[in-house]
Amino acid sequence: MEKRITIITGHYGSGKTEFAINYVLEMKKKHAKAALIDLDIANPYFRSREKQAMLEREGVVVYSNIFGYDITADFPAITAALRAPLEDEGVHAVIDAGGDDSGARVLNQFRKYFGDGSAMFFVVNANRPETSTPDGAARHMISITDETGVDIGGIINNTHMLGETGIEDVLKGYDLCKDISERFGVPIIWNCCRKDLCEGLRREALASGRDLEIFPLTIFMRDSWMDNNILRRTRHGV
Amino acid sequence: MKEKVLMKGNEAFGETAIRCGCRFYFGYPITPQNELTEYMSANLKKAGGEFIQAESELAAVNMAYGAACSGGRVLISSSSPGIALMQEGLSFMCSVQVPLVVINVSRGGPGVGSIQPGQADYYQATRGGGNGDYHLIVYAPSSIQEASDTIVKAYDVAEKYRNPVMVLADGMLGQMMEPVSLPEMKEALAEEDIPKVKPWALVGHKDQRPHNVIKSLYLQTEQLEETINGYWGKYETAKKELPEYEAYNLDGAEVVMVAYGSTSRIVLEAIDLLAESGIKAGLIRPITLWPFPYNAFDKIGSSTKAVVSVELSKGQMLDDILIGSNGRWPAAVVSRTGGVLIYPQEVADRVKELLEGGKLNGKSV
Repeated sequence: MEKRITIITGHYGSGKTEFAINYVLEMKKKHAKAALIDLDIANPYFRSREKQAMLEREGVVVYSNIFGYDITADFPAITAALRAPLEDEGVHAVIDAGGDDSGARVLNQFRKYFGDGSAMFFVVNANRPETSTPDGAARHMISITDETGVDIGGIINNTHMLGETGIEDVLKGYDLCKDISERFGVPIIWNCCRKDLCEGLRREALASGRDLEIFPLTIFMRDSWMDNNILRRTRHGV
Repeated sequence: MKEKVLMKGNEAFGETAIRCGCRFYFGYPITPQNELTEYMSANLKKAGGEFIQAESELAAVNMAYGAACSGGRVLISSSSPGIALMQEGLSFMCSVQVPLVVINVSRGGPGVGSIQPGQADYYQATRGGGNGDYHLIVYAPSSIQEASDTIVKAYDVAEKYRNPVMVLADGMLGQMMEPVSLPEMKEALAEEDIPKVKPWALVGHKDQRPHNVIKSLYLQTEQLEETINGYWGKYETAKKELPEYEAYNLDGAEVVMVAYGSTSRIVLEAIDLLAESGIKAGLIRPITLWPFPYNAFDKIGSSTKAVVSVELSKGQMLDDILIGSNGRWPAAVVSRTGGVLIYPQEVADRVKELLEGGKLNGKSV
């Protein structure tokens, strides 16, 4: 399923950015040139451009609608420069689109670059209320396809509960993705799993007869302070 | 434990309000709270409520004023500059004593500021951003779960005290995702039941009782003074009943940091970093910002050499810390502002610098 251009779409809050960053780093390991195109102009927080410095250290070129390392800009506009990695046949490009059909709309102007050399992935987190049922996930999948005119080429199960993620979350997501996979005839490409849980997931999948491809995930977008134990303090009323 | 879902703060705030029986939302888009307005536009009508995107924040707050007068549960929300525009309406609603829940997903300021997280609306929230003698009751949750629980409480407190309650959630809380267990759905009061619960509400007297009048205009100053004194009695009760805080690691702490909202979670990690350097640090996290939990400072022991306010503003909370400290410890501020987030290592480094450099005379570093 690996293509020169990979487009990452999905319901907002599904973890597209986390996956896109991990995926482009994998691309860089395998290919001379890799680029991340941050096309999220829908939301100003938690965008892949926040990790621009880290990605550049790893040799990934980052394109977005900003200048330098400024992350505060909230322009609903994109720079022409990001066509470069789409046109350069020597670059493996990963496009991190904004959430939902509205976030994917911006892909339309690049449609001429999409075809045999590209694949559009749909990221699903079954713990997000709107994609917690096969029907809900299917609705988002259809609306993104309708908006962009590009068929979804693969499903990425990224079902997690942040710091509270368990193996059962990934398996629940796999079962949901399998449903929409069969419904639309679109394959599940990977099941994302935090690295420390991968071994357990592999065992559990085997035991339950699920044949799933695991994509071990390093968490970049979540600062450690966000998941520290906030329950260890003592609460007082007066 | 009810099943958890993964939600963005802004979504969870909106869903919780709907589940509290809120059926009126009026708002105007502003980053970083847009998902809340969007959520209400998509979901409030399904619950039988009314969503209106007003032409401005001033219009939104006055629509809320009207809906609250008629006894409905109302939510308004905005971010810092938009909340500034709503101050007139909030002052009016305090003066006429109608309940309301208002969420400020605050960002950097002053003026148009930035769209990144900020806590520089502390004075505006706790000192009264509008004219006259009044207070908002202000809660500052530090997680999305706590914010959801707080919104449930905020509706009850607003109705008990007949006063607007603000939930002050910085941009980080509005934008971040967390697992959350939502409250059960609560139906809104039926119109015929409103007078039983809210006898002051304007629902029509139907020739069965005298008119209810809600007004802030008193032509005789003594009458106005009497009215104001009336609701200040209520504030005195609030000061006794409402203050809440969390304390962590105070026993034997060399330094106690005070922080609220997202910042308190950053401080918690800074405490671990300081421990690695052999410095024992504690945390007081005010949960209510007004009334402020001054009595929390009585829990600080004799080992503590200093109290440090860690905030995404230039020492606004320091005023309350100085009142609570009452001269018992030197106090200082560790601050980032303008939408710049502070990180655990920076907090730890600057607290160390304060302790070593003796810069503990109320100056910020």
